[in-house]
Amino acid sequence: MAFLLSFAALIPLDNLGHYIQWHIIEISVANLIVMILMVVTFIVALVAPFPGRSRRKENR
Amino acid sequence: MSTSEIDRQWTTRLRRRVEGKLPPEKLLPDTQPTYVSSWIYVFGIATLSSLGVVIGTGCILALRGPQWWHGSAYGHFINSMHLWSVEIFFFAMVVHLWGKFAMAAWRGGRALTWMTGVVTFLVSIGAGFTGYVSQSNFDSQWISTQAKDGINATGAGAYFNVLNLGQMLMWHIVLLPLGAIVLTGMHVLMVRIKGVVPPFEEGAEVAE
Amino acid sequence: MSKKAFRPDVDAPKWKGGYSPYDIIKEGTIALVVILVLTVIFAVVFGSPDEKAITVRTWSNADPIDFATTALSELNGTSTSAAYGAPYNNVPGTGQAMGPLKLEQWVGVRIPINAAQDFVISPLKSLPDQPILDQNLKTWSTASTTTQNSWLSSYGKAATKMKVAKGQIVVNTTSAGPLPIMINDLTQMARSGALDQALVTGHGFYTTDYTKPLLFLADSGYLANLASNQHLTGDQWGMMNETGSYPGQAWLWLYTFWYQIAPFNTSASGDALVFATMGVLSLVLLFVPFIPGLRSIPRKLKIYRLIWREHYQDNK
Repeated sequence: MAFLLSFAALIPLDNLGHYIQWHIIEISVANLIVMILMVVTFIVALVAPFPGRSRRKENR
Repeated sequence: MSTSEIDRQWTTRLRRRVEGKLPPEKLLPDTQPTYVSSWIYVFGIATLSSLGVVIGTGCILALRGPQWWHGSAYGHFINSMHLWSVEIFFFAMVVHLWGKFAMAAWRGGRALTWMTGVVTFLVSIGAGFTGYVSQSNFDSQWISTQAKDGINATGAGAYFNVLNLGQMLMWHIVLLPLGAIVLTGMHVLMVRIKGVVPPFEEGAEVAE
Repeated sequence: MSKKAFRPDVDAPKWKGGYSPYDIIKEGTIALVVILVLTVIFAVVFGSPDEKAITVRTWSNADPIDFATTALSELNGTSTSAAYGAPYNNVPGTGQAMGPLKLEQWVGVRIPINAAQDFVISPLKSLPDQPILDQNLKTWSTASTTTQNSWLSSYGKAATKMKVAKGQIVVNTTSAGPLPIMINDLTQMARSGALDQALVTGHGFYTTDYTKPLLFLADSGYLANLASNQHLTGDQWGMMNETGSYPGQAWLWLYTFWYQIAPFNTSASGDALVFATMGVLSLVLLFVPFIPGLRSIPRKLKIYRLIWREHYQDNK
């Protein structure tokens, strides 16, 4: 209800972020999460079963 | 007017050319090849849908002007939607790019589909950049004063002044969205015209 | 007539298989709804950042000594803006190059900025009813270049021990001519907010061009310190980052990577080199379909066997 009145973010990310350093690489935790999610999403998209197999078999 | 005269008209020739390349059943098909059977295929439409949300939220922001979101909680929420739809847009576009590369989706005369996709990607980066410098906050100040050095180094900075908020905002809300929409439209129409690329086939002899 | 050889990385086999029902409008609608819902969820949960813009006023009040020393550097030509070169001003020996291509120099000055005039003299001249300041400005403008340089040198040496006393900039020198008054008055003008306005209304009442105040701000250590605190500087991979803990522009990872290694981070033409490199790589990405070897990678990687596994299983 408070959100509807104020539109305030539930978990605002305004506090300074955490950064991971490895040799010359420095990356924010947020960006690292996004990149990992992208790779995971790609892999899941490749391997997850796709519905409608029997229908496609009928139409082969 | 004789029939041959009508045949020679630009309108008639264009219409027939379009009808030949993209008849209604190709533009809005009701079937697809059975090899389209992977979740990787949804990232194209996911990219297109997020572009729709980016543009829609951008239009709402435009209704009240570039300063609105700084002072209005509702405006800030729409700005948040605009930001996150951009993040989802790039996320989906990159996964889509990885998938299309893995499929070598340029095969069978589809090189132009690939190329319009790449140019759309680059134009989107430009659109995102001009958006960041149009925010009129600290982020814009920093990004513009840093980016100017790179762009100046190419000579383009003399004409594309990233410190000029008015210019950057107009590129962001007029020119680059127009570019992105036209390129995306070409890209999608080409997919419809050429169809989705068939699988690699061992021993294939006959090309499309 | 001989058949053209099939090139597996260029040609696609003709599809002679089946088609199954497909509702493209329904799929598009579902995708749009899913993306809309996801966007709303992220916006509701995380919101978006909005760090307030820095003004010359906030800068000069937070760090009047940094402001005053930046103003001095505009006058003595040592600030980044004053010594920049094209497209702002003509400074010999400046301008980045991509090998033989000195594009920055060739295009020349198109956004003229005279740092001393634009950031110091003109704003001070715009202040009304300032007889002492006006006299000092006249002293400055009628002095020879040698005299001006001598004043600048004296002030510069003394400025290393610059202090702020009762809000006034204090520099211990008597051989800097009109400079102590000019720099102090400019600092007071900045602290009042009047300098912010003076820097943007050069072309009239309405303006959307913030070139001058942004260049002036960028010449300071203040803006860079704030950016460094937020991990936004070049050597912090800042191009990818956003203020706070928000995800930034992960897609710029390769662009910003080059700035971390030689020769990009050691060369005076580092930006030009990065742009040229990314330009070439973008062209490579664009022309993948035509580049032998590169266009064979998908077939050799065999990830496609996962994508089309159902097709391959059913056609065994």
